Amino acid sequence: MHVKEMLKKPRWVVYLLIFIALLFIPRLLSLHNLMLFEYGLTFAIVGLGFNLLLGYTGLLSFGHGAYFAVGAYAVAMIGRYFPSSYAMEILLPAALFFSLLLSILFGFLCVRHTKIFFSILALALSMLLYALIFKLYYLTGGSDGLRVPIPSLFGISNAGVRRPAFLSGTYYYFLLFIFALSFLLMKGIVSSPFGKALQAIRDNEVRAELIGIRVRRYRLYAFSISGLYVGLGGALWSFVNGHVTADLSHWLFSGEIVYMTLLGGFGILEGPVIGAIIFTYLKLYAMSNTEYWMFVIGATLIALVLLLPNGVAGAVANLWAKIKKGKAAGGTSC
Amino acid sequence: MWVVYTLNGLYFGALLFLISLGLNIILGVMGILNLAHGSLYAIGAFMAAWTIIAVGMKAPAFLIYLCLLSGFVLAGIVGWLMEKSLIRAMYNRTLEYQLLLTFGALLLLEDVIKMIWGGQAYYASAPFDLLGKINILGNVYPNYFLFVMAIAIVAGLLIWIFMAKTRLGIMLRAVSLDREMATGLGLNIGGLSTFAFVLGSALAGLAGALVIPTTPALLGIGMEPLILAFIVVVVGGLGSLKGALVGALLVGLTRSFGIAIFPEIELPLLFLIAGIILVAKPQGLFGR
Repeated sequence: MHVKEMLKKPRWVVYLLIFIALLFIPRLLSLHNLMLFEYGLTFAIVGLGFNLLLGYTGLLSFGHGAYFAVGAYAVAMIGRYFPSSYAMEILLPAALFFSLLLSILFGFLCVRHTKIFFSILALALSMLLYALIFKLYYLTGGSDGLRVPIPSLFGISNAGVRRPAFLSGTYYYFLLFIFALSFLLMKGIVSSPFGKALQAIRDNEVRAELIGIRVRRYRLYAFSISGLYVGLGGALWSFVNGHVTADLSHWLFSGEIVYMTLLGGFGILEGPVIGAIIFTYLKLYAMSNTEYWMFVIGATLIALVLLLPNGVAGAVANLWAKIKKGKAAGGTSC
Repeated sequence: MWVVYTLNGLYFGALLFLISLGLNIILGVMGILNLAHGSLYAIGAFMAAWTIIAVGMKAPAFLIYLCLLSGFVLAGIVGWLMEKSLIRAMYNRTLEYQLLLTFGALLLLEDVIKMIWGGQAYYASAPFDLLGKINILGNVYPNYFLFVMAIAIVAGLLIWIFMAKTRLGIMLRAVSLDREMATGLGLNIGGLSTFAFVLGSALAGLAGALVIPTTPALLGIGMEPLILAFIVVVVGGLGSLKGALVGALLVGLTRSFGIAIFPEIELPLLFLIAGIILVAKPQGLFGR
């Protein structure tokens, strides 16, 4: 599609406007809020990948924290053991490589099953990684975790730069660029024949198999791609957080990934992006206002499941469809 | 020493058996995996610890042991409330929502436990101390662990007889075998589901209560047993009661010997064995 044609579609104009607006975020937000927003952006990448598995392939994994942890630990462990190669252009490919490797390995075991069995197996495997990170403390730092220093970016050394300056400067634009790239790539994936095949598997496994789709192999592809995205999110997250712990691989953390995807609306490309950003603010708001933040998160999750099953994006889309329909019918509504 | 390791493994397997039996009954009859199962275990643990402390050391022995039942009862009541208010709305929803709802319930219950019992640890070792120790083949072993095994055997036998012989048990099995047909035959699916959920929750509470004389009740106490129960369910087969027994013994013994022989990789070893079983039999040992 040519750029001119793309600009004629309102969807792409909105994407472009949002991207331009995001360029100005560091000037608008305070440092604290900017950091939160960066957390949100990294989780948005995670949500994009997770949605490919949950929303488009119909597999609910309660173990994607494992790939997040692998991405984050790849960065932290290179920082600890190979400080000389601690550069972004080495770290990100390494994180991608290891998260892809692990998600192929675990995915191979998981995609033999579907539904509940798949969910429990993915969960159990992520807890295996959790146990390993926890037990091999002399390698991984165990429950203390590892520190993540500031990396050099494309040959520009960041030695002596403080984290706030790094995060509000180049790193934000770098993150935004990676996010935009991931988003466009995922849009391409879900609208490609491959993406359509995944949706066919989700809707009717038997029928998909009959028309010649290799169901198990496609599920493994979807699993690996989502693992790759989650690992990328984990790596980018580790720079913002500055510290990684074994809890990233705990299934409760995987549950949070599922939660943000549902909050935004799974099966809708933009849903998890919105969900990730809302969730980041919601969690911080709950944590800073009450010691019972899990209660707040749990209660909102239950309310979402009962009242807003298609998430925020789904609700907005419904509302939009209603308004459009009203206009077409009489033009008097709204 | 192997006698002690074996006994420890059996004790651990007995606890896991109670937890995964409850999980499997709910899974079989309702088709719902209850992620909040560990929280019901924790509720049982806290309730038992609290009542034992409230009764005090001077109370007659039988009363102290009766206190362990309080965990069973309270977890059952919480399960009943949960089923009536939340799970009921989920019968016709897809798997994603059912799992997410129980995940929400897990977060909620963890904080409710914190609100009621606070963040401190509860120590209630009276039932353990009262039973004393026994000499088995030259090894001193606490009687309480044998007591827990006996309870698990009795509970398992009762449930087996109940499922095999009584009318209610046969109806429950019918629902788990073919839900549509059972509905067609006019069985009260709603009532049976509530019963199954309450029974499963109460079993988790019982396991939590039984563990309390040996470890203090702490926040998050239900997390690790839940994961191990998941492994039991995966290895034994979804919804299978026989699978729960065999899986629990397997996991319990592996863990006990693993801790003794390879303390560093005790859990990975467990996963390795589970992985081999799953590659050989993808549906689990007794899965359908």
